[in-house]
Amino acid sequence: MKGAPLTVSNLRVAYGRRVIVEGLNLAPLQPGTLTALVGPNAAGKSTLLRGIAGLVSGTRGTVRLGDRDLLGMSIPERARHLAYMPQGLPGGVALTVMETLVGALRAVPTDLAPDGASAANHAIAVLRQLGIEHLALRTLDRLSGGQRQLVGLAQALAREPEVLLLDEPTSALDLRHQVSVMALVRETVLRAGLVGVVVLHDLALAARFSDRLVALSSGAIQADGTPEETLTPDLLARVYEVEARVERCSLGHLLVLADAPIRGAA
Amino acid sequence: MSTATLMAGEAAAGYRKLILRRAMLLALLVLCLLAAFLLDVATGPARLPLSAVTDALLAGRGAGGPMSVIVWDVRLPYAIMAVLVGASLALAGAEMQTVLDNPLASPFTLGVSSAASLGAALAIVLGTGMPFVPMDWLIPANAFVFALAAMLLLQFLARLRGAGVQALVLFGIALVFAFNALVALIQFVATEQALQQLVFWSMGSLARSSWDKILILAVALALCIPFSARAAWRLTALRLGEDRARSFGVDTEATRRGALLRVSLLAGVSVAFVGTIGFVGLVGPHAARLLVGEDHRFFLPASALCGALLLSLSSVAGKLVVPGLLVPIGIVTALVGVPVFLALVMGRGRVS
Repeated sequence: MKGAPLTVSNLRVAYGRRVIVEGLNLAPLQPGTLTALVGPNAAGKSTLLRGIAGLVSGTRGTVRLGDRDLLGMSIPERARHLAYMPQGLPGGVALTVMETLVGALRAVPTDLAPDGASAANHAIAVLRQLGIEHLALRTLDRLSGGQRQLVGLAQALAREPEVLLLDEPTSALDLRHQVSVMALVRETVLRAGLVGVVVLHDLALAARFSDRLVALSSGAIQADGTPEETLTPDLLARVYEVEARVERCSLGHLLVLADAPIRGAA
Repeated sequence: MSTATLMAGEAAAGYRKLILRRAMLLALLVLCLLAAFLLDVATGPARLPLSAVTDALLAGRGAGGPMSVIVWDVRLPYAIMAVLVGASLALAGAEMQTVLDNPLASPFTLGVSSAASLGAALAIVLGTGMPFVPMDWLIPANAFVFALAAMLLLQFLARLRGAGVQALVLFGIALVFAFNALVALIQFVATEQALQQLVFWSMGSLARSSWDKILILAVALALCIPFSARAAWRLTALRLGEDRARSFGVDTEATRRGALLRVSLLAGVSVAFVGTIGFVGLVGPHAARLLVGEDHRFFLPASALCGALLLSLSSVAGKLVVPGLLVPIGIVTALVGVPVFLALVMGRGRVS
């Protein structure tokens, strides 16, 4: 049943009485495409992602994968279809990379890993795919920032989801690792035909690696389309409250250059 | 560690070796515990030669003679109780530290022992408590019911507010203060005799061990262990954070509820029978974590074994430290446990 689009309609996400996202609709997110969610701080990007992932108890509305209702599913059932990767791995945990992956596979029984040996083999296959097999026996607190992000990604990919939700996978990474992590994410999404959604702060990175770019502010969608369609000086003024230029570099990638903040903007 | 230069294909072998090493460490802990247990049975105020102890053990219960009575009715219940209580408290502590994501959590952080003390205080001072419970069992029954009620109250409060894990810990601390104040109030109005009994109760001592109490605690432990074992994978996943665990398909709320229920049963029964024995529930899991890491398949049994070992050794120390006098084990655990704990923490600081 791979290859169904993800649709979000009339979504309301609230923490207690604090409503963050209200009446949000997203046109179908197609499998094999990567969508970037961008927006200023406190725009509700992470909240929207957690809401889609079914992690916020006060979530109303529908999130469908094909014709299946994701929000109506039990937690183990949803985890078969959807993987969510939060920002960062917790520190101070006495677990090796291998143990976290085998744990991810066996936390709730799946067909992927009916027993210990197949779980270990599957985990190693995922690590090899991401090129980090050499980290298998490292404990989590001995990983560098980039390695931690890759291990987090491996945990999300281990259960072979159809929907991959990543919350700022490149935060706290240097330039090289930003590019390599995003390239890996894009490659995986294309190869496995996943619906990929990633929250990003860096607009140039978002424009370069995503097929579709959704700009969010105050919990509402401000623009939605290809990176070329979405990233305009007008949008940057409205959403980020900056005077900005969008230009192409010598390789043809989009660049966003912020010139000055707009004072007293709405 | 030379794992940085791990070649492709070595990961699988390395992982198998890691699991084997952890299983060996568990086996080693079992052997140490067995040795400590035998030492515990062999020591005591009546200086029996080792051969006499083994003879009495092998002769079976009710063989007659003073030896048999000392070994079977005094030493063996003490030693078994030490093992069971140590294992229960440390297992409870390990599960709590995981589900509350707090390395300081132990059965006593959330008011279980304070509630038990309040129940015991009511029974001792006012002579009131559970209806239809014989007088001999009034104190432990009351202590257990209060411990369980405290845990339920905590869960109810947490549910009411839809509160997170940190709020749960804060509620627990608030309960500790509330119960302690109530105990102090009862102490204030108690007679001198009742006060003495209450203070002695709260010190924590194995002197109240008996075969029927051992049976009850063993049943409680046997009830909890299968559920703990089943939850081991989910608890391991929970160590990676709430959101990540749920993304792996773990119902974190249900896992936490189940773990806290087991904790209240284990800690409630333990405290009811032997009083407040601090530190085992905190140190046992920390020692286990340093030995076998946090794969809960190994971490949970290792915690229980470390707790049992620590309490057995404390029991031996309690008999030897002042010749001819049995120092309450609650005092010994803290005195033995603190240096052990500090050594563990310092040692880890050097390594990392």
